[in-house]
Amino acid sequence: MNITANPAEAAADPHAGAGEVLLSVNDISLSFGGVKAISDVSFDIRKGEIRAIIGPNGAGKTSMLNVINGFYHPQQGTISFRGEVRSRMRPHEAAKQGIARTFQNVALFRGMSTLDNIMSGRSLKMKANFFWQAIRFGPALREEIEHRRRVEEIIDFLEIQHIRRTPVGRLAYGLQKRVELARALAMEPDLLLLDEPMAGMNLEEKEDMSRFILDVSAQYGTTIALIEHDMGVVMDLSDRVLVLDYGQKIADGTPAEVQANQAVIDAYLGVSH
Amino acid sequence: MDLLDKIFVAPFRDMVDLPDILVQTLWEGFVAGILYALIALGFVLIYRSSRIFNFAQGVMVVFASLAMIWFNQKGIPAWIALALALVVMLVMAIAIERIVLRPLIGQPDIILFMATIGITLVLIGIGEWWFGGENQAMITDKLGVPGEQWDLRILGGRVSIRQQDVAAVIVAILLVAGLLVFLNRSQMGRAIRALSDDAQAALSVGISLHQIWVLVWFLAGVIALVTGIAWGARVDITFNLQVIAYKALPVLMLGGLDSISGAIVGGLLIGILEKLFEIYWAQPIMGGGSETWFAFVLALIVLLFRPQGLFGEKIIERV
Repeated sequence: MNITANPAEAAADPHAGAGEVLLSVNDISLSFGGVKAISDVSFDIRKGEIRAIIGPNGAGKTSMLNVINGFYHPQQGTISFRGEVRSRMRPHEAAKQGIARTFQNVALFRGMSTLDNIMSGRSLKMKANFFWQAIRFGPALREEIEHRRRVEEIIDFLEIQHIRRTPVGRLAYGLQKRVELARALAMEPDLLLLDEPMAGMNLEEKEDMSRFILDVSAQYGTTIALIEHDMGVVMDLSDRVLVLDYGQKIADGTPAEVQANQAVIDAYLGVSH
Repeated sequence: MDLLDKIFVAPFRDMVDLPDILVQTLWEGFVAGILYALIALGFVLIYRSSRIFNFAQGVMVVFASLAMIWFNQKGIPAWIALALALVVMLVMAIAIERIVLRPLIGQPDIILFMATIGITLVLIGIGEWWFGGENQAMITDKLGVPGEQWDLRILGGRVSIRQQDVAAVIVAILLVAGLLVFLNRSQMGRAIRALSDDAQAALSVGISLHQIWVLVWFLAGVIALVTGIAWGARVDITFNLQVIAYKALPVLMLGGLDSISGAIVGGLLIGILEKLFEIYWAQPIMGGGSETWFAFVLALIVLLFRPQGLFGEKIIERV
């Protein structure tokens, strides 16, 4: 029951260079003890696209993101990123290769300000050695200033100037989600994984977040994979949609195709046996 | 009646009557408190970034000190011996991360705690084999620390202040200030705080667990060496000295395991109260000797009312 986007549509894709595969997941299976979280799922993410992953609760969506950024190691299958099959990988190595993410439950560094949270996203970009960093002098100071400039750009971009110095624990939920996105963007990732970026938001916040996601895609050309429950948002934002149910792929295609797919309708509405 | 007088009246009368002795007692307590705070700081640093209660902190003090003394005895100038001792602590940090922590990732806290007991025993073994089992005098004089004391004639009496103690206090303050600047201002410090706030998110932005662990164990080693130098000015260095680490336990109970300022205030509080109690209550009433147990009793009393310590984050358990 797989539907793939037809070539004519791919050619009409607004993103230049779309079609080149950035990440491909091949026959991944993941289980915890006896529980199968993902079974034999294959799909790919193309450069520059916004790829949605949807499915009912417990379908294995977050597990899939955790596999991609190295939190989980699948028992079977391979993942290739930028054409290279990668071996067992730790999260910080995935980050080094250019994969950033946000979390379903906001995972910010609560003791720090917005600015420090976003700066921590620059960890990998900092080159000055330990010693200079420790005393914050010489090369490290120049570097810090350069990174601050980049971070300020992101702060402007996401319109969070006013909360720059606020400890993140005090921010409203919607703003926390935005800071988390900012931290991921500070990594200048090639692939951005968003786990329910709009969960728990009101309509206005959702519209803001949708706009930011589209802007990130347009302005930085970042490839985005996102999990989302709001179907309206998914249909508006995404170029292609992957549908999981009970750890299996049940559909894969453009929003319109997926919407019309009987298996998807059954999975969401339930089917009488 | 006599006892009540000894508990509630006499001590305070003595404090007012002989202010020079009070000042002397407070100063002694302050210096001891600084040392307790330093040891507690070593614990806090490791606990915050890895949730490990590092039983080996006390032995690291002895190990770092003996290494420095050993290098110096081989004819190496004291300051270079100090630098070499720091290198030894760095090698130790790398070895502990590789051999002990990395294979135990994801294990329950109690297993990691047991592992640090193992580290303690191994360090004692290596230390006795490498440096020998004899007591060693700290080489504070060779590090340029003056051994004189100032006798201040104030408050109608005399207050003696050892210059070594003054040096220890200054070094400790510099160390703590440096540590706070490092943790709050540098990218590495940010990474350490990030890891203690949310490990998963820290990993996702590319912070390397291994690097940070080596870093914090090394910093704990630096603190251990400084503690050893400061403490060694008062007593000889032997592996028995590791029991001073137990003194850090009540400090940590008071200050909370995850608070740097808690460790400092807790250390000072215990140091000062312990001395006051010894001089004004324990010696007149029971002939002294309260310093071995006072801190623990005080911590116990605090724990009865505030289980999270004086400054620790409030523990809220959902049932």
